[in-house]
Amino acid sequence: MTSSPVVWQAIEAFVVLNALLVLVAYVTLLERKFAARMQSRIGPYYVGRPHGWLQPIADALKLMLKEDVVPTASDRGVYNLAPIVFLVPCLLIFATIPFAPELGVADLNIGVLFFLAVSSLEIVGLFMGGWGSNNKYALLSAMRAVNQIISYGLPFIFVALVPVLLAGSLQMSAIVAAQQGLWFVAYPGLGQLAFVLFLVAALAAENRVPFDILEAESELVAGFRVEYSGMKFALIQLGEYAHMLGTSFLGALLFLGGWSGPWPAWFGPIAFLLKAVGIFLLVTWVRWSFVRIRVDQILAISWKLLLPASLVLLLATGFVVALRGAGGA
Amino acid sequence: MNTQTQVVELGYGGNERLMLNMGPQHPSSHGVFRMILTLAGETVVAVDAVIGYLHRCHEKLGETLTYAQYPSIASKTDYVAAMTAELAYVSAVERVGKIEVPKRAQYLRVIAAELQRIASHCLWLGTWCLDMGGAIGGGSTVFLYCMREREMILDRFEELTGARLLYGFHQVGGTRYDVPAGWDTKVRATVDFMEKRIDEYEAMLEGNAFFLVRTQGVGVISRELAQEVGVVGPLIRGSGVNYDVRRAEPYSSYRDFDFRVPVETAGDCYARYRVRMVEFRESIRIIRQALDGLPDGPISSRPGVKSVGQVRVPKGEGYARVEGPRGEVGCYLVSDGGPKPYRLKWRGASFTNLAVLPHIIPGHKVADVVAIMGSVDPVFGEVDR
Repeated sequence: MTSSPVVWQAIEAFVVLNALLVLVAYVTLLERKFAARMQSRIGPYYVGRPHGWLQPIADALKLMLKEDVVPTASDRGVYNLAPIVFLVPCLLIFATIPFAPELGVADLNIGVLFFLAVSSLEIVGLFMGGWGSNNKYALLSAMRAVNQIISYGLPFIFVALVPVLLAGSLQMSAIVAAQQGLWFVAYPGLGQLAFVLFLVAALAAENRVPFDILEAESELVAGFRVEYSGMKFALIQLGEYAHMLGTSFLGALLFLGGWSGPWPAWFGPIAFLLKAVGIFLLVTWVRWSFVRIRVDQILAISWKLLLPASLVLLLATGFVVALRGAGGA
Repeated sequence: MNTQTQVVELGYGGNERLMLNMGPQHPSSHGVFRMILTLAGETVVAVDAVIGYLHRCHEKLGETLTYAQYPSIASKTDYVAAMTAELAYVSAVERVGKIEVPKRAQYLRVIAAELQRIASHCLWLGTWCLDMGGAIGGGSTVFLYCMREREMILDRFEELTGARLLYGFHQVGGTRYDVPAGWDTKVRATVDFMEKRIDEYEAMLEGNAFFLVRTQGVGVISRELAQEVGVVGPLIRGSGVNYDVRRAEPYSSYRDFDFRVPVETAGDCYARYRVRMVEFRESIRIIRQALDGLPDGPISSRPGVKSVGQVRVPKGEGYARVEGPRGEVGCYLVSDGGPKPYRLKWRGASFTNLAVLPHIIPGHKVADVVAIMGSVDPVFGEVDR
């Protein structure tokens, strides 16, 4: 009996998932090292010389061994379920990302839509965690999270639609194929603006400084995850970084041409990874140099600036595509 | 156990209030300060400030220790600015006892106090940005930069006194230590370096739109409120009142130095930030002038104290005040002629500065509470004593 496509896909999913978990672990190390350089520190060093390369594994082991504290007053079911509900969408978004032509779990014809829909599901887990903890800080954080994700989901989607319009497809591989000649970020005017807006909206969707009001450890201690410990905390952390990485991959795919570029085909996936990590580092750079802004200011930026700008951009893209269609082909 | 169930009536018309307890153990309580916030959504409608978690009977302690012993304990009232706290105590003793201080000792005191002001403001800037930017975010970057620079000044203090936080540098009649060889060159190099770093901080923060929106127009203390509550230091100067003890009632030869007292009129967090940033530079100017003009001579009018009870001041009472990094630090002393004060009263700058919080916090968002709190720069050793 030959292996059926279902079995093949399951194996692929397994490989991608595990590669992803390792990648996420090492992205945390990369961020810590990068931040340490910015702050004239050394960062992780002693666990696995040189440069603390075993640190992520030590962290994971430590979190597994930690006592799992469940607050007595918490809503146990919701509290226990929340990290999983949070993590699953964050991992699921990688299902549609192709890492090279024909290399990915599922290259859906509605890939971008799937990504956007699934990634906004994480808010359910967030709110469950904040609500189920029965902690005032967590509750405030959960309320902020809902506010923020609703406000930034819209501009994020609109900006992500700009490359979709330019490529004329929701399929990720088709979007990359459309960028063979020219990456969308190099598209005069439109591309750069859309990329910047995408980065800002992505920062907010990932809940990173300056938009990390739901974690806000100086006011809300640790936000919605203040009551989580041990492996549940690790799952939330994992989900956050997976989401961040997923958004970076999406950015590299939509704007930086994915694996396409002036290099041999075998280098494509590596180039794609490097581009995604580049976006991740850009976001990290912003994170470690800004102060956090207030919840009302965040909402004002979203509704008064980002949303109109992204709408106008989308409209402009529509015109460009229509003109191109009329004049070109 | 109470078997009666307490029935809480909830208003579902959007007028529920959430009581949020911030502190005494909280990442941004700057020590042990408790704020009971009443929240309407994210907005604070009332704040109840609770202090006293760090009370150590400092004033009573002062009555049990002699004039020679207490200066090194006085540094523990405001442990972030130990030099000025000690100076306030010894100035009070000198005023009651009418003890002269040699010119060299006065200059050394000024150098120590101004270095301390820089170190304290470094800590303030770092922790304040930490409050606004988070321990894993841009705030910690500024924090670590500030701590790095503060370290250099602590190194200078270590060379001078052997201690890094609580010095015991001042004593009645002068200072305990003279400067070690080559120290003044090192101090000059340190302040030169500091000056460059302060330019960097300003470039980093004032060019940052997010920093500006978090600080401008937040926590406004009006001129009237500032005078009514009696806030001091950078707070009152940020509210448009030109008041600095170094200028109003010069002590320890401050008359000899040319410096500017910064005044801002806006009264918000940003104004207080600006005042402190200018104070950094003015402190550096004073240190340079004091090092240039450092006279020769004895460092104490009462050299060679052999026993702890040797310093006695005649019967009387007096109040001395100095300008600490947080404002006016005062010490009121009653002497009955013995080797120990009969009564000692501290006036901590942070204590009155903190009293303004319930006036300015209501109406702000939760995130602003920590920003305002940080801009007040309280040290709880000095609040609770």
